[in-house]
Amino acid sequence: MQISEIASSTTSSIKVRNGKIQIKTFNRSNFVLQLTLAFLIIFTVVAPFFLDYKSIDLQTAIFYTVDNLKMMFLQPALNQITIGTALIQILITLALAFLSTVIGAVISFFLAIACAKNLAPTWLSNTIITFNSFIRAVPTVLWVLIFAIVAGLGSVAAILGMTLHTIAYLSKAYSESFEEIDGGMIEALRATGAKWWHIIVHVVLPQTSSYMISWTFLRFETNYGVAIAMGAAAAAGGIGFELFMSSSFYYDLHEVGAITYFALIIALILEVISVQIKNRLIGSR
Amino acid sequence: MNAQFDVIKKKRIQMTIILLVMLLIVFGAKVLTDFSFMEGLASIPGTVFWMFTNLIPTAEAMENFPKVMERLWETIILSILATTTAGIFALFFALFGSKTTKINGLLALLSRVIASVFRNIPVVAWALVLVISFGHNVVTGYFALFFTTFGFLVRAFMETIDEASTDSVEALNATGATYFQMVFRGVIPDTLPQMLSWVFFMIDTNIRSATLVGLLTGTGIGYIFDLYYKRLDYPTVGLITLSIIVVVIVIELISNKVRRMIL
Repeated sequence: MQISEIASSTTSSIKVRNGKIQIKTFNRSNFVLQLTLAFLIIFTVVAPFFLDYKSIDLQTAIFYTVDNLKMMFLQPALNQITIGTALIQILITLALAFLSTVIGAVISFFLAIACAKNLAPTWLSNTIITFNSFIRAVPTVLWVLIFAIVAGLGSVAAILGMTLHTIAYLSKAYSESFEEIDGGMIEALRATGAKWWHIIVHVVLPQTSSYMISWTFLRFETNYGVAIAMGAAAAAGGIGFELFMSSSFYYDLHEVGAITYFALIIALILEVISVQIKNRLIGSR
Repeated sequence: MNAQFDVIKKKRIQMTIILLVMLLIVFGAKVLTDFSFMEGLASIPGTVFWMFTNLIPTAEAMENFPKVMERLWETIILSILATTTAGIFALFFALFGSKTTKINGLLALLSRVIASVFRNIPVVAWALVLVISFGHNVVTGYFALFFTTFGFLVRAFMETIDEASTDSVEALNATGATYFQMVFRGVIPDTLPQMLSWVFFMIDTNIRSATLVGLLTGTGIGYIFDLYYKRLDYPTVGLITLSIIVVVIVIELISNKVRRMIL
């Protein structure tokens, strides 16, 4: 008996073409997937021709870049600042990130309660979601520069700008973990006549605290990177500002390298801690 | 009864200590950065008022609209291009680094370390170094975005592969499939929707990062923002900010829609 006959005799859902059983059938999600993939590939191939390269000499540029990267990573040295200054500047960057994370986390907690669909009315939750996506759409550096016009360049503007993005990020993360709480528990407490804040303190907080801690630390890790950027682009102080000075002011690539190593080591430590926290509190899958 | 009371008491003491330590760090950070809560709080209403009076694009600002659109287009292309090309490289590194598809332990460790280094070197450092040799050129922005995106996507892809495909890999290995069959028939089709979703997330992020990189390297929308910001031409700054908002939200809507369809 032919393969196709066996196939057609067992179930009608198996389709056969050229003697082979077709393992893929048409469905919409697959179609969209392939369409998106095709679009991205075509875009990647075509897009480079739309950019204006201003007659760049790629060969020399790459040669110099390799040379610069060699200077940076293989011969790091501190010339303009001492190692003590570098460490203090790193601490300042960490402090900027810490402050904006803590302030953001406190505000996000209350916003998230007002945003979680199982704790708050729909209109309120939708308002906050729209507000958040508006905040998130403006890059952090623009927020910081806008705040700087009134507050002046410095830590106040930087922390305000970074806090805004932290709020948009954390309130979404928190409210999503609030929404995963077992609805029965909230109902049970409501039935016993518990007040609104009883539900928050005795159900919401204990149930979600480990998720919240892990999200908050992840945001702290992100904010550290953002704080470096703000130091460089918006004069917020810290190691980012030193990085900007040594590269754009002194053209001292050895120092850029040394500062980058400092920043990198701290970032790696933060990443390890954040993975540890995630694994310990939530459990690795 | 007593034991239970002790547990609650111990927990309370623990919570108090954690809170006190946090407050101490907040105070230390406040002193170190010269930050004042009052000043911060006081400048919020002023900023909001200022935004509504100065950041509204006027007819004059609209004359700069074609210029802004040109730069914005450049930024969009750059972000998507950096993300897709980084995604291709990241896919291979993720395959080498993942627990289920690694070739050997040494290679896996190596690709994890490389990705981690690229991810954690701040985008600012890349931008500032590249601008020295590439100048105020789109290539500078492209490479700066490429490196950080690559680092992030390797981590994301690796986690996706680790989480999703152990069953199908086991099944394919049991039938005696080769490594390439296992990867291209089992792992990639399984994880592609999730990976594409990460790519979209990264395009979204990169448009915002491109603004920052542009500010530092003199390319794209960041450059034109910096230009008008320093000229104190705030209506145009408002126009630029609004156009960034529109682009980011449109891309977010599209990616959400596609994500919902493919996942």
